[in-house]
Amino acid sequence: MTAKDYDVAVIGGGLLGSSIAWGLGKLGQRVAVLDEGDIAKRASRANFALVWVQSKGLGMPDYMAWTMRASQGWSRLAEELRDHTGVDVSHSRPGGFHLALSERELAQRADMLRRLHNQPGAVETGVESLDREQVRRMLPQIGPEVVGGAYCPHDGHVNSLRFLRALHTGLKLFGVDYLPERPVAAIARAGGEFRLSTPRGEVRAKKIALAAGNANMDLAPMVGLDAPMAPTRGQILVTERVAPFLRHPLATLRQTDEGTVMIGDSKEEALDDRVQNIGVNAVMADRARRYFPMLGRLNIVRSWSGVRVMTRDGFPIYEESKTHPGAFVACCHSGVTLAPNHAYDIAAMIAQGALDEGRVGAFSARRFAAPGEAAKSHW
Amino acid sequence: MFARLSEPGPDAVRIVVDGQDVRARRGDSVAAALLASGLDARRETAVSGAKRAPYCMMGVCFDCLVTIDGVGNRQGCLVPVEDGMRVELQRGKRETSR
Repeated sequence: MTAKDYDVAVIGGGLLGSSIAWGLGKLGQRVAVLDEGDIAKRASRANFALVWVQSKGLGMPDYMAWTMRASQGWSRLAEELRDHTGVDVSHSRPGGFHLALSERELAQRADMLRRLHNQPGAVETGVESLDREQVRRMLPQIGPEVVGGAYCPHDGHVNSLRFLRALHTGLKLFGVDYLPERPVAAIARAGGEFRLSTPRGEVRAKKIALAAGNANMDLAPMVGLDAPMAPTRGQILVTERVAPFLRHPLATLRQTDEGTVMIGDSKEEALDDRVQNIGVNAVMADRARRYFPMLGRLNIVRSWSGVRVMTRDGFPIYEESKTHPGAFVACCHSGVTLAPNHAYDIAAMIAQGALDEGRVGAFSARRFAAPGEAAKSHW
Repeated sequence: MFARLSEPGPDAVRIVVDGQDVRARRGDSVAAALLASGLDARRETAVSGAKRAPYCMMGVCFDCLVTIDGVGNRQGCLVPVEDGMRVELQRGKRETSR
């Protein structure tokens, strides 16, 4: 369809692909974003919108450092997006909590954090375990069952729907071509460029970046890459809007900038995002009410299920193809948290034509080929 | 504004709207009583603070949200008036303490 030649074609228009494409556009690259349509299983419209640090990296300390870097880069990204597009993504970093409803939960959490920080190469995240009284001083509305928790000052959240909108507004301003309804069926390399076959014609580009979420699993082998994925389904409940009462996000519960309370901490193997497990919703609502009893009086106005983008070990994958130089793959669970790294670091590396081994070498998919595959992350 | 076809008779109900007495007919919804009261019955929305009045009167639009007897975000069009009911026009988000 288009005879235009692009420097980079980004495959995937969700938060990950859009962040990379925005970063490339900012660098003056000629970029196309190939996306599916509105009915795609789109994690970017189903997610929980945390910018989360405290539980990341058990089994891969480099992921802790990568996540901390992202947490520190978020203010700049939010500011630049606001200046560029006029869209305020409501980023804040007030510090976040994980709350325990029993001594056993509290001990398990403390043990996980100890193992996380005892790893060689672990970075300081400022996370601390708190008793009930310490939690209560910062979250006065907790219920009697809350025995304590963990707090990390680098945790925060955004409005992720507005974030996606800001990126797409920015893409337009940078002159990036957004091409929806173009799932990529085949990738060929000829005449020093990549040719992407879609139902609406061929797109050509010097380089490509695979950022198609769980679909990277099928795309990666077309260019000699490996992206083993293991998606899971999560559910989210949303309450009516209420006056601000919760300054800090929890790992499983947060009050949005517009007043709703989002509740979500489920993980299931089922991948049908058109249905919900009502039993799971009931458990989520019950835990929420035990954290904050006043929530029991609020009406739930929406709920949905969504499919998480998840690599097989939960850690990101960034890699350039050996057999098809110029073809890059980027996979990760945390498209919100890691967005500054994608917009600034990964975009710059792709523009330059090589990944920075020192920065992202640990995230090569070569780890999946090694015997005794890396430990599962605790996303 | 709205005018009643016939005024509330001997079985009129008295409700209190932001401290003011309002007479309503038995069987009125809270939203209908507010519209007929002659008071400025507009609420303020939760995010932008825009003024909104009851609109669909059938439970769909949520633009008639009011605080009734201390409970916020009630749909005024779905709640029949009762004698002595205390109604407050909602300004912005529901308060969490009530």
